[in-house]
Amino acid sequence: MMVTPCQVTRDEVLIFERSRPGRTAYSLPPLDVPTVPLQTWIESRFLRTDQLAGLPEVSEVDVIRHFTRLSRWNYAVDLGMYPLGSCTMKYNPKVNERVARLEGFAQHHPLTPEELSQGSLEVLKKLEELLCEITGMAAGCLQPAAGAHGELTGLLLIRACLEARGDARQKVLIPDSAHGTNPASAAICGYRVQTIPSTERGLIDLEALRRAADRETAALMLTNPNTLGLFEEEIEEIVRIVHEAGGLVYMDGANMNALVGIARPGDMGVDVIHLNIHKTFSTPHGGGGPGAGPVLVTSELEPFLPVPRIVRRPDGTLALDYDRPRSIGRVRAFYGNFGVLVRGLSYILTMGPEGLREVAETAVLNANYLAHQLKDTYEIAYPGPVMHEVVFSDKRQRAYGVRNVDIAKRLIDYGFHPPTMSFPLIVPGALMVEPTETEGREELDLFIAAMKAIDRECRENPELVRTAPHQTRLGRLDEVSAARRPVLRWRPKESSAPSGSLSEERVASPEP
Amino acid sequence: MRYIPNSPQERAEMLREIGCATIEELFRSIPEKFRLREPLRLPAARSEAELLAFFRELAARNAAATEYAVFLGAGAYHHFIPSVVEVLISRAEFFTVYTPYQPEIAQGTLQALFEYQTLICQLTGMEVANASLYDGSTALAEAVLMAERLTHRREILMARSVHPEYREVVRTYTRTLGLNVRLMEYDPETGSLQARTVTPSAETAAVIVQSPNFFGVIEDLEAIAARAHEVGALFIVVITEPISLGLLRPPGELGADIVVGEGQSFGIPLSFGGPSLGIFATRERFVRQMPGRIVGQAFDAQGRRGFVMTLATREQYIRRERATSNICTSQELCAIMAAIYLSTMGPRGLRDVAEQNAQKAAYLAREIARQSGFRLRFSGSHFNEFVVHSEHPVALVLERLRERKILGGLPLERYYPELRECFLVCVTEAIPRSAIETYVRVLDEL
Repeated sequence: MMVTPCQVTRDEVLIFERSRPGRTAYSLPPLDVPTVPLQTWIESRFLRTDQLAGLPEVSEVDVIRHFTRLSRWNYAVDLGMYPLGSCTMKYNPKVNERVARLEGFAQHHPLTPEELSQGSLEVLKKLEELLCEITGMAAGCLQPAAGAHGELTGLLLIRACLEARGDARQKVLIPDSAHGTNPASAAICGYRVQTIPSTERGLIDLEALRRAADRETAALMLTNPNTLGLFEEEIEEIVRIVHEAGGLVYMDGANMNALVGIARPGDMGVDVIHLNIHKTFSTPHGGGGPGAGPVLVTSELEPFLPVPRIVRRPDGTLALDYDRPRSIGRVRAFYGNFGVLVRGLSYILTMGPEGLREVAETAVLNANYLAHQLKDTYEIAYPGPVMHEVVFSDKRQRAYGVRNVDIAKRLIDYGFHPPTMSFPLIVPGALMVEPTETEGREELDLFIAAMKAIDRECRENPELVRTAPHQTRLGRLDEVSAARRPVLRWRPKESSAPSGSLSEERVASPEP
Repeated sequence: MRYIPNSPQERAEMLREIGCATIEELFRSIPEKFRLREPLRLPAARSEAELLAFFRELAARNAAATEYAVFLGAGAYHHFIPSVVEVLISRAEFFTVYTPYQPEIAQGTLQALFEYQTLICQLTGMEVANASLYDGSTALAEAVLMAERLTHRREILMARSVHPEYREVVRTYTRTLGLNVRLMEYDPETGSLQARTVTPSAETAAVIVQSPNFFGVIEDLEAIAARAHEVGALFIVVITEPISLGLLRPPGELGADIVVGEGQSFGIPLSFGGPSLGIFATRERFVRQMPGRIVGQAFDAQGRRGFVMTLATREQYIRRERATSNICTSQELCAIMAAIYLSTMGPRGLRDVAEQNAQKAAYLAREIARQSGFRLRFSGSHFNEFVVHSEHPVALVLERLRERKILGGLPLERYYPELRECFLVCVTEAIPRSAIETYVRVLDEL
């Protein structure tokens, strides 16, 4: 058998390639009931015959080593600054993890009778009430599992409301700076999308909006502050235009971290808003979920909210109300990502009203600090008073043949997660930076220093930047080939070797 | 505030440095009339100790599976979770990260998701799987939308024995698009769908069946697939209890075009119904219409293997309103939990746990059927759930069980008015024999 040297903790193979026949990692108590031949319970033609070939056979130590090694190849918020714009990668408080793991919550079956579910129902009811207060809305639904799911729910509510008015409409207006989920959600709801351009200041073009808002307009989907980090100063006029045309205003609350405790969308005339609990309210992003995307609405839209609604009975106990004839129906099974929602409530109760205001103040201060310190080095396409994030571009660095992606990859070598790249689409070569309130000044200063150093490298040694990152386990991966000939799963090698075993053995070698 | 590193003094210095006199000045673009003058009316901030006491008190108001023997299933299952699952996903490197947009510093998430996709393909017998959707119900809704895109047909045939809440979600998603959902009745004797009653037409985009179905009855997927394929409709199979795949033939072998399901059973706590895990798998030829994130293999310039998110041209951030789905954040951490769970169980463990579920359910079913006034409602094959018909009022039976710290089952009247004398019972490996014996004794005493 051939032995290939490798660096053990940096070259972890797939779990399937670790498999060795006969290894086990599981433990079950012995079956403690009298048994019958399985075929008397399940017809034999329904039973599988393949012995689940291909599933890995590994020990518990193998599992721990494998996934621990993999985890070390990830950059995480707990390691350092993760200024991924629009994603609000703030610190995830540890007490929230403890709260969500309390057995009374974690081991609570969703179909437990209501009278034996009062604790979980109280969590949901309380969170709904507090989110209403934070946004200035009348009622809400916690079912949506993520922001885009909230958008879909919100648009279905708008459609139901307009149909109830006897005025179903066909199109949704979306600014060109919007997140891609907005038009995608509108399409699922059967709406045509009309794009509204931004002005040279990066705000919604009021004239274009006036021309577009007509009798076919169901809604405007507005992210505020928008994806350039700018607050739509003309919000009052924007809302007036849409309402006068008979449409409703949907606010994408992805950027609520700039507003919480400062101003309330409900006070501005917004009809529907979704929040991202995994952004503003600190729950972990988990590598792309689970999140939670509650939807809050005005009292006019309340009758259409998904079932079940959580209602308080006269005796003070909570119940699930399914008798809602005008409801749009369910948007998912059970009641939402409860485990995420309970963490969100835990966060709000930890912060209190002053703490939440401090969040927005500090998040906005941090973003303005970065903008101020870097504005002479990197172009800011739309210089305005930024809120929680600032969008730089690679305009100046492009003269040296360096693009935003290169700058992003080079930042990795300096120990930072890169900003969001190439978004919003209206800024060519965008680098969208959202520091959040949970970065201290010294971390911000290090980031500023890294960005300035990279700018110097662009001028003095652009090749160094173009070929970054240099300090990661792998270099840049060829995404074009990956998409052209997709390999989306592991398969056993066609060889005489027994399934799941390797034809090559590995042995430790020092890191080069 | 302990989550905000900068002290008030540091903030004051930073403000000065950027040339602002007050924090208020930073918010000058918000019209003055909309700026809050008063603090939000929220409860005052709690210390960590106060917070834990508050939530402990709430958690204690729930009848959790630690205190009660839970014979409830119906889309959420109480299984034993190996310790390694929580230990590993509690690593900050997995849970405090986001969607792996930068593959060079996200190989951990990407490789784990690639392994998850492979495991789902192996279990379902399908060719490709995505990196997760929200839950089983929304995965089904996405499958319906995908079938419409692939066939350009407007009718959906769905078994009435599909989880009622899943059917409601499908209705919510499809109503505005004008798709026509036609329900297919279950056979009142067997509880399964009879292939001859499946009558798709040239207008049918998809035939949808759950197996084991909501009554716990295993469907004859092969025969139903044939009916769907005769008219060029896609065959969608729903699985809410994926532990069943440890014993049952995979839908991919039986003609499924899309397999969707709920993956909560794979190492994810009940948590009052979420977070959960939307499983989605299909045939290779449909991959470009598949919703959600997909991880694929890629190589760097030195030829070293790595993983990236791929086929992004399907997705909303590239395609906007022409995307295959609006999904962005999904349930990746739950997918990694499933990958850890399945790696831990391995082929033998998964088979063993599935067999324990089947044997324990079969045992309780036999014992219940021996009690006078009770019988099994359906004669088909079952896995770990079955429907009990009771001559005593269902509410009374469940109340008596509850007095003995047993959540005995789910009354079916709300979902199926014709089954008002019935309740759905689930037995998993996490139920000890003593609880089963108590259950039987309570019925005996009625």
